[in-house]
Amino acid sequence: MVPALALEDITVTFVSQDGGRYTAIKETTLQVAPGEFVSVVGPTGCGKSTLLNVAVGLLQPSAGRIRVFGEPLAGLNRKAGYLFQSEALMPWRTALDNVSAGLEFRGVERDAAAARALAWLQRVGLGGFGARYPHQLSGGMRKRVALAQTLILDPEIMLMDEPFSALDIQTRQLMENELLELWSANRKSVVFITHDLEEAISLSDRVVVLSAGPASRPIGGYEIDLPRPRDVAEIRLTPRFIELHTLIWGAMKNEVLKSYAQQRQQ
Amino acid sequence: MRSSGSNKAALRFWQVLLFIVLLAIWHVATSPTLLPPLYFDDPHKAAFFFGEPLKILARTWEWFSSGTIYPHLWVTLLETVLAFIIGTVLGLGMGLWLALSPFASALLDPYIKALNSMPRVILAPIFAVWFGLDIASKVALGVTLVFFIVFFNVYQGVREVSYTVLANARILGASDRQLLRHVYVPSAMSWVFASLHNSVGLAFVGAVVGEYLGSSRGVGYLILQAEGTFDINSVFAGILVLTAFALLLDWAVSLAERRLLVWQPRGGETEKI
Repeated sequence: MVPALALEDITVTFVSQDGGRYTAIKETTLQVAPGEFVSVVGPTGCGKSTLLNVAVGLLQPSAGRIRVFGEPLAGLNRKAGYLFQSEALMPWRTALDNVSAGLEFRGVERDAAAARALAWLQRVGLGGFGARYPHQLSGGMRKRVALAQTLILDPEIMLMDEPFSALDIQTRQLMENELLELWSANRKSVVFITHDLEEAISLSDRVVVLSAGPASRPIGGYEIDLPRPRDVAEIRLTPRFIELHTLIWGAMKNEVLKSYAQQRQQ
Repeated sequence: MRSSGSNKAALRFWQVLLFIVLLAIWHVATSPTLLPPLYFDDPHKAAFFFGEPLKILARTWEWFSSGTIYPHLWVTLLETVLAFIIGTVLGLGMGLWLALSPFASALLDPYIKALNSMPRVILAPIFAVWFGLDIASKVALGVTLVFFIVFFNVYQGVREVSYTVLANARILGASDRQLLRHVYVPSAMSWVFASLHNSVGLAFVGAVVGEYLGSSRGVGYLILQAEGTFDINSVFAGILVLTAFALLLDWAVSLAERRLLVWQPRGGETEKI
């Protein structure tokens, strides 16, 4: 089967204005099958966001290839939706207009776009908040608007960059469950970036562990064989979850320490 | 303890009282009969230099009741509005262009700095020569004042567009033109609106100064005429009308601002669900 998203031997080296070089990601290969939910975990500053920016086409890799359903990626990834870590809603548009923005950009007629946007707002539980501006919504509501804004375009691949990291733990678990529900209704490929291993395990089919930066690369992939549908709060208490958590955490810790030691020897 | 409502009423009371007291002092000090001349040798000289408040109010009333002021006010308003609109459109266009084109921005930078530092009121005589004594020369002066305020705000506004918002819009499928229309312009407009009070005020200044330096209509012209005949009461009446008018404009701007910037959080606003 052709992977939905294939990053092949990606290296990203940033050059600063004074000529300094920083290699964020080195020779990273990551494949995501259609309908697969993959989480990428790693310590802060390990280039997780960089990887996602490469996948969506915001950033050109220094070396390596990106294939989207077998096609080499040129420019922005039109098959991907992207959920940002920080605020990405247009503050001058109401929630409804933010959700319909993508449709409008694609030339959908205004009324039709608004009707579909309203349906999506209702799906994320914000049917009555369409007329509000982002600053009038709470952090969790803004995230839901952003989710609707991305999902309304029905992207084949969802790229999510620590989308819930700024939320409090209760809101976060609610959002995680909502995300799983939306995803299982219409299974698309997901790449979910997080530094939270528990979040990664409870959501994903597969967890990929990145080494610490600089020059991050994947140091292990783990199939998560927990049954679906899942409740993210409850699944954390099952023995299998704890087993997986112990396994991945051990590897993550070991590999990070190992790569750290290797770096010091060089 | 008093509630803030009665505090506000008390404040209003003191403000009005202060106004009346100042007016009374002015009246007593300039009246030829109420006080013996303190500084001037002639009791009429104080009134000659400083005007008399009652006569000023009478003159203002006369202007409005006879309707002679309206054509002049209309001309000044027209000049202000035209200067504001043209200056804003030009500033918006130039600001967007330069902010999005690094080469043009680098090329024109010294010229813009020079033009902005120049005391532009001095252009009024040149504009009078170029555009004549009709409203065009006043509008031109107002435009040069408004343009730079709007220009610098737009330039700043475009530069300060959040990277995330921009990237998100691009990923959502916005073309370059759509980015301009849906991201850059709204972001820049919020900065333009933030400077709305300044730019409307300066458009007004441009109109009045232009009229004062040479014209055949307008409130500035009225003041110039009165000054030519040493009619100090009419000069003050003109100033009074201009001040009231400026306050009115400012109030209109506040109203417009409240409608147009509804998406921006205001200080102290805590409406969150």
